[in-house]
Amino acid sequence: MSNMIDQLVEREYAFGFHSDLDTEVAPKGLSEDVVRLISAKKNEPEWLLEWRLGAFRHFLTLEEPTWPNLQHPPIDYQDMHYWAAPKPKPQLSSLDEVDPEVRATFDKLGISLDEQKRLSGVAVDAIFDSVSVVTTFKETLAEAGVIFCSFSEAVREHPDLVRKYLGSVVGYRDNFFAALNSAVFSDGSFCFIPAGVQCPMELSTYFRINAAQTGQFERTLIVAEEGASVSYLEGCTAPMRDENQLHAAVVELIALDDASIKYSTVQNWYPGDADGKGGIYNFVTKRGRCAGARSKISWTQIETGSAITWKYPSVILQGDDSVGEFYSVAVTTNHQQADTGTKMIHIGRNTRSTILSKGISAGQAQNTYRGLVKILRSATGARNHTRCDSLLIGPTCGAHTFPYVEVKNDTAQVEHEASTSKISEDQLFYCRQRGLSEEDASTMIVNGFCREVFDELPMEYAVEAQALMRVSLEGAVG
Amino acid sequence: MLHIANLHVSVADQTILDGLDLDVPSGEVHAIMGPNGSGKTTLSNVLSGRDGYHITGTVTFDGVDLLPLTPEDRASAGVFLAFQHPVEIPGVGNMYFLRTAVNSVRAHRGLPELGAGEFLGVAKEHMARLAMDPAFLSRSVNAGFSGGEKKRNEILQMSLLEPRLAILDETDSGLDIDALRVVAQGIERLRSPDRSMLIITHHTQLLDDVRPDRVHVLQGGRIVRSGGPELAHELEAAGYENLPSEVSV
Ligand SMILES: Nc1ncnc2c1ncn2[C@@H]1O[C@H](COP(=O)(O)OP(=O)(O)OP(=O)(O)O)[C@@H](O)[C@H]1O
Ligand SMILES: [Mg+2]
Repeated sequence: MSNMIDQLVEREYAFGFHSDLDTEVAPKGLSEDVVRLISAKKNEPEWLLEWRLGAFRHFLTLEEPTWPNLQHPPIDYQDMHYWAAPKPKPQLSSLDEVDPEVRATFDKLGISLDEQKRLSGVAVDAIFDSVSVVTTFKETLAEAGVIFCSFSEAVREHPDLVRKYLGSVVGYRDNFFAALNSAVFSDGSFCFIPAGVQCPMELSTYFRINAAQTGQFERTLIVAEEGASVSYLEGCTAPMRDENQLHAAVVELIALDDASIKYSTVQNWYPGDADGKGGIYNFVTKRGRCAGARSKISWTQIETGSAITWKYPSVILQGDDSVGEFYSVAVTTNHQQADTGTKMIHIGRNTRSTILSKGISAGQAQNTYRGLVKILRSATGARNHTRCDSLLIGPTCGAHTFPYVEVKNDTAQVEHEASTSKISEDQLFYCRQRGLSEEDASTMIVNGFCREVFDELPMEYAVEAQALMRVSLEGAVG
Repeated sequence: MLHIANLHVSVADQTILDGLDLDVPSGEVHAIMGPNGSGKTTLSNVLSGRDGYHITGTVTFDGVDLLPLTPEDRASAGVFLAFQHPVEIPGVGNMYFLRTAVNSVRAHRGLPELGAGEFLGVAKEHMARLAMDPAFLSRSVNAGFSGGEKKRNEILQMSLLEPRLAILDETDSGLDIDALRVVAQGIERLRSPDRSMLIITHHTQLLDDVRPDRVHVLQGGRIVRSGGPELAHELEAAGYENLPSEVSV
């Protein structure tokens, strides 16, 4: 295998094209004026502008965090655009109004915005740079009482719900990037599943960054009322560019009594080229609150893209008997860096959490798992099980594990397992003896390593994830 | 047929095979016996293309030089190795693995790919003959299989892949009486005029069932004795130490 490690070639990024669109952008830089401009563009109510300004003023007091195990040149927050939207400004009521070029872009990405063409019954909110261009199946969902729309529309149509829940899980004081996002967030998705409703189809948001020198700052808010349930999937891509682009999103989930939210991510932002040039900086704050008793929030993430990933989808287990889960596959190749993991904060009694993290590194990549399991005094009978497995491909990559545990209640049970392995020569030879090429064999073994996490994905995405693994590791093995 | 001449194999300056000659004509089943560490597994690995060895000599199969070929190309050409220690591949479904293997070899033979449904039917048929529970299809490759179950899984793969040269490295070790019979039947079923088989074993039991055409003794890096099936019993009685070293080919 040693000879093939040298063959690390630039991996093929199939989504790296750029669409030529007439784009409206805000002037570069971050200021109170830009915050006001974004809010004005979206005709936002006064309370929301005030909230943004509060976030912005708080942001000015903060420094970018230095604790992650990541290296990158300083980000110049004044040297990027905070708003970009394809012209004409889309206030769409029907699909026919989608700019054909935008529609073509999504077609090319394999995301059909045409409801008739979608077989799998997945509703999509398509976000292009700073705006949502269309949300499919809105009517079908509305019949079930489910609200699924862009964040901007939610602010207009359901202001009370937004106001009630916005910032209730991730306040703008939470961290540097959350403060930044709260000040300048552009669009995102809003889902509301009323009490007792099982959402009749998968919901998904597809994020596409197109414009150059532009950051994407979206916000997603999902609320499942008592006994409601929903499965939601997020996907993302960006063009190949030499510059680094910033993506700083905030996702908030709220599950009331007996509600369940399953949130899956297939993150495939442009990772940069083989020399580490370009790629998305992905600094994301994702958190769910199991507010109600017996509620459940489950995060599944397949992280294959981005030059840098900084992301800790977390669960606050507030309701008694609530359940938090985190299943993660993070792949880093070439010069990619990932510092990712989760936080499970146990507050309620008999709360349970499961963490399963699979890190795969190849090339010069660095892959860090950082997890916190915090059991508060009130969390009698809380249980956590954590497993972190790392797979190394080649001698020049690194895997790091930082599991933090804080237990304030003696009745809690916290278990941690960790392993680091390599694709073994024995496994490779066994597969090849059966006729598989070296590359097929490696992909099969890596997919096997990730299997337990893939099993958590909705069926159609599990297949996609496996295909993505193959592309991501192309040239790294075999 | 398999033709091996003057094969020398070493690993990190340690000589393991030292001038080995062996011919296995088409349609014949040959057995190789030899003390622990005599190089039987090394020979299997070298025949099936594992890297890490320094090799000189000749190895041809049906006139084709095997040595420059990758393991997968040899597999496609019909070389099959039943491993002494089958490897576990966690998370990879046995059924998926078997089908991928069968289809890659089929592709090489110009045969159409078998779909999942079609393959399942074929696999179940073979499993029934090997008295294997179909539940093994849904488990990960060899993961958590007992020693005997792993060996049966090797025989299953062999019968599905229909190799032209089958090498069985101690497939009979660690098997219970019933399993041994199943393995022997599996081998018998595959015996055919256009197939060569090399059975590596420490025991006479399997050889009594299978009746190889020739039995060879590997010692000191080469074949030191060859004979008919009775040689296995001679060995069992005398041991390798006391074996008269005359070469009778
Ligand atoms: N990669 C290696 N590095 C060092 N020594 C090796 C290596 N592979 C094999 N050997 C040595 O070569 C010799 C032959 O090993 P091999 O596994 O081929 O024996 P065997 O005849 O199959 O034995 P057994 O009957 O116990 O299965 C042994 O002494 C072994 O330790
Ligand atoms: Mg051996």
